[in-house]
Amino acid sequence: MSLLKVNELHVYYGSIHAIKGISFEVNEGEVVTLIGANGAGKSTTLNSVAGLLKLGNGNVEFNGKILNGIPAHKIVKEGMALCPEGRRIFQQLTVKENLEMGAYIGDGSTLDEDLNNVYELFPRLKERYKQIAGTLSGGEQQMLAMGRALMSHPRLLMLDEPSMGLAPILVEQIFDIIKQLHSKGTTILLVEQNAQMALKVADRGYVLETGRIVTTGTGRELLHNDMVRKAYLGG
Amino acid sequence: MVSYLINGISLGSVYAIIALGYTMVYGIAKMLNFAHGDVIMIGGYMAFCSTSYLGWPVIPSVLFSVFVCTILGMIIEKLAYKPLREASSLAVLITAIGVSYFLQNAALLIWSSNPKAFPNMVNLPNLVIGDVQISSVAIVTIITSIIIMIALTMFTSKTKLGKAMRAVSEDKGAAQLMGINVNATISMTFAIGSGLAAIAGVLLCSAYPTLMPTTGAMPGIKAFTAAVFGGIGSIPGAMLGGILLGIIEIFAKAYISTQLSDAIVFAVLIIVLIVKPTGLLGKKIAEKV
Repeated sequence: MSLLKVNELHVYYGSIHAIKGISFEVNEGEVVTLIGANGAGKSTTLNSVAGLLKLGNGNVEFNGKILNGIPAHKIVKEGMALCPEGRRIFQQLTVKENLEMGAYIGDGSTLDEDLNNVYELFPRLKERYKQIAGTLSGGEQQMLAMGRALMSHPRLLMLDEPSMGLAPILVEQIFDIIKQLHSKGTTILLVEQNAQMALKVADRGYVLETGRIVTTGTGRELLHNDMVRKAYLGG
Repeated sequence: MVSYLINGISLGSVYAIIALGYTMVYGIAKMLNFAHGDVIMIGGYMAFCSTSYLGWPVIPSVLFSVFVCTILGMIIEKLAYKPLREASSLAVLITAIGVSYFLQNAALLIWSSNPKAFPNMVNLPNLVIGDVQISSVAIVTIITSIIIMIALTMFTSKTKLGKAMRAVSEDKGAAQLMGINVNATISMTFAIGSGLAAIAGVLLCSAYPTLMPTTGAMPGIKAFTAAVFGGIGSIPGAMLGGILLGIIEIFAKAYISTQLSDAIVFAVLIIVLIVKPTGLLGKKIAEKV
C-alpha cells in the first residue's frame, strides 16, 4: 500500500517553474531514492512534500490524506519527518535539547525511551548529550539531525542529502544506519547526489532532471541503466 | 557612593526588564520593535487609571496593566508585523516606528499632554542602614527584576515552550519541521515582552512619577542601547547591559554632569561596539558545513 503518493506536482519559485509535474509514490516499508544533479529539484520536492514550500498544482497524499495547504508544523503530526539538507540542527541548543525538539509533538511520556533508542543508534550522541550542538563535527551533526527526525516516530522519514560534505568513512556509517532503519521497517524517502550509494540501499529509485522524472526502476535496475551510469555514476 | 550604586542598579534593572523585551523579540523575529518603549508608557497609564480613577489596590492594577499590555503586544504583532514576515527588514523597522508614533498619539488623544502624577505604588518605608538611605522603590525594583530574570532563565532553559522559542529564534524552517507552530511562538514572545514592559512601566513611573505620552520613548531607546550593549538576542546580555547602563548613567549624573549623562551613556555604547561589535555577551558560532 502506498504511504506517500505525489500526483502531477508543480512547484514555482516566483516565476521559476522548478518542479514540472512529477508523480511518484513510496510504499510502506520501502526505501525510495530520488537522484539527480544539482538543481534537478530533489530538495524542492522534499520541502514541498513536508509543507515548507507552497504547492503549485497537483497534490500530495499521505496515508490517504491530502496534504495540500496544511502547514509544515501540522504535517509532522501526520507522521512525516524531514531531515533537511545542510542538517539544520539547532546550533545553540545542546544535543539533548535538539533531540527533545524532535519529540516536540509528543506528550513526553516516551521521551526517555526514545532518547535511549537514538543513543543506541548513535552512541556518539550519548557521550555528548550535554554539548552545544554547534560544536559537534559535521558527521556528528548529521547523526544528530537524523536522530532528531527519528524522535517523532515518523511513519515516513525523509532524508535530504545525508552524506553531503562527509568523509567517505562517515558516508559508509550513515548508509549503514539507513540500512538498519530499513531492516526495522522504517519507510524512507532518500534524496542523494551520491547516486551509487543511494541506489545500493534503495528498493526503488526515480531520476530527476530539471524538474521532471526521466526514468524510474528498482535500485538494481537503475545501477545498471546506461543513461544513469553515464550521467551519475561516472560511466 | 553606596546609594548611588543602589540607585544605578535599580534604574539598570528597569532598563534590563525593557531590554529583555527588545532582545527576545529581536532574537525570534529578527526585528527591532521600536514600539516597545511605548508599550511601557501604556502600561504606566493602565496602572495609573486603575488606581487613580477606579481606586484599585496595587496588585490588581499591576496585573491589569500587564494583562492589557500582553494583549496589546499580541495585537501589534498580529496587525502590524505578521503581514510583513517576508518583507525587507527596513519595511518592518519603519512600521515599528509607525506603531510607536501611533501609540504615542493615541495616548495624547486619550490622556492629553498634561503630565499625570503617578500614584505611589510602593507604600513601604525607606531602608536606612547607617547613614545610607535606600528608597523602597529601588529595593522593590531590584527584587522584582531578579525574580523576572530567574523566571525567564528557567523558562527558556527548562520548559518545552522555552526551548521551542530558542529553536524558532535559530531556525524557523527547522523548527516547523519539529512540529513547532512558529507564528504562535512569535506571538507568545511578543506577549511575554509586552507583559514585562508593563511591569517596567509601573516600576519606572514609581521611581520618576510623572507620566506623559512620551514617557516610554527615552527609556525605550536606552533599553535598546542596553540590549545592543549586552549583545542583542542574548537574554543574559540584556540583563547585564541594562544594569551596567543604569549604573553608568547614575554615576555620570552624580560625578560628571547631569546634562551630559545621556551623552556619556551613548558614548560608552559606541566604544563597546567599536571594541566588540557583537556586544558584551553576543557571540557568533561559526557554521560547520
